[in-house]
Amino acid sequence: MPEDGRKVTVTCKVNGLERTLRVYPLARLLDVLREELHLTGTKEGCGEGECGACSVLLNGQLANSCLIPALQADKAEIATIEGLASPDCLHEVQQAFIEAGGAQCGICTPGMIVAAVNLLARIPQPTEGEIRFGLAGNLCRCTGYMKIFQAVVRACRRQRERVSA
Amino acid sequence: MRSYLPDYELVTPANLSEALALLARQPGAWKPFAGGTDLMVLLEAGKLPHKKFFSLWHLEELKDIAVADDAVVLGALTTYTEVLNHPVLQKEFPLLCQAARQTGGVATQNRGTLGGNIANASPAADSSPALLVYDAELELVSARGTRSLPYHRFHLGYKVMDLQPDELIRAIRLPRVHKPRVQYYRKVGTRRAQAISKVVFAGVAEMAGGGVRDVRIALGSVAPTVLRCGQTEEAVRGQRIDSQTIKRAQAALAGEIAPIDDIRSTRRYRRQVSLRLLADFLQRCAGSVQG
Repeated sequence: MPEDGRKVTVTCKVNGLERTLRVYPLARLLDVLREELHLTGTKEGCGEGECGACSVLLNGQLANSCLIPALQADKAEIATIEGLASPDCLHEVQQAFIEAGGAQCGICTPGMIVAAVNLLARIPQPTEGEIRFGLAGNLCRCTGYMKIFQAVVRACRRQRERVSA
Repeated sequence: MRSYLPDYELVTPANLSEALALLARQPGAWKPFAGGTDLMVLLEAGKLPHKKFFSLWHLEELKDIAVADDAVVLGALTTYTEVLNHPVLQKEFPLLCQAARQTGGVATQNRGTLGGNIANASPAADSSPALLVYDAELELVSARGTRSLPYHRFHLGYKVMDLQPDELIRAIRLPRVHKPRVQYYRKVGTRRAQAISKVVFAGVAEMAGGGVRDVRIALGSVAPTVLRCGQTEEAVRGQRIDSQTIKRAQAALAGEIAPIDDIRSTRRYRRQVSLRLLADFLQRCAGSVQG
């Protein structure tokens, strides 16, 4: 059998764009995003679902892209960190991370932001405990957790002010 | 080292009967693949010897939580997120919700499934002790038909299950009990999220007349399989909870569990913590009588 004889066609929507890909069925979505689509904002940390650096939204749900086989992304809608900002304006959560200093080395940051965006989509005004639970699957090895936490609180406040304005 | 991807196959049967036909044609040749939270880890580590898989993720027949008068039936693909958001499970089966909440983080809870957790057969599975104390029954399907099996008879040894090569877990049935019960779940791990347990304990007790009318106790990470602790239950059933009962129960539990030293913990620590969790559970039971 030729090398790529077992490749399959996967069609999905990534950051709003239809994509058709020829991939091995068990290729990690993480690698497909980074190597086929050159969306390198999604990072690999542990590669075993422990650290959340590779977080993406799969049909609106938070997922570790290192644990998603490409075939299961067929017909899915995927949002990566690259899809959050509009061309002229950062996402509210991204802006809050900058203002609160919620990034040090930056490897965990895309995953943290994707997880935070997902949390605020589900629970617009989370309690402190809900923020901690929502980000519990994302590790920061610089241990800058307090500033990350404060960034999410800041984003919530911004969201609340915008809604009430 | 990483696995070589061209060696692996993953196919998507259109529906459950097609999946069962695939299994029946060559029993053992194809293995099921649900949310991937265990299998993808093995793949990346180069530790996935089996090469041919079929995806279950899209099979509607394995989804859905059905609430009937006498039982709640959870499709095998029910995710932890679905468990912990379900109002009837929250109210009547809180230990399963606690287990779901303490499994991985949100991303894992979105993809990890109850059926996958059961079939992965880890002795450290978080949901299994809860399912054991709730007297869960498994619905196993194959092209030959359907059979139901009490969950406590499913795990026969380390990663050995009463599951034929042509069978799939279709659903998990939890009998509803409309009586007040003391319910207790405790996972002891290195941290609160994303941990694999050192010890996990689940207990359910029905109290009457100042004593224990009936009780279920199950533990994880203390034996080659998750363990329903029948002798410990026997030491407690019908008894008033006092220091003597607790001592007798602890002695029974010490005889039932067989913890080991491994990367996560030690035999000694696991034994000690198991006995203390049992005492904590029984004291809660006693407290509920006084309260």
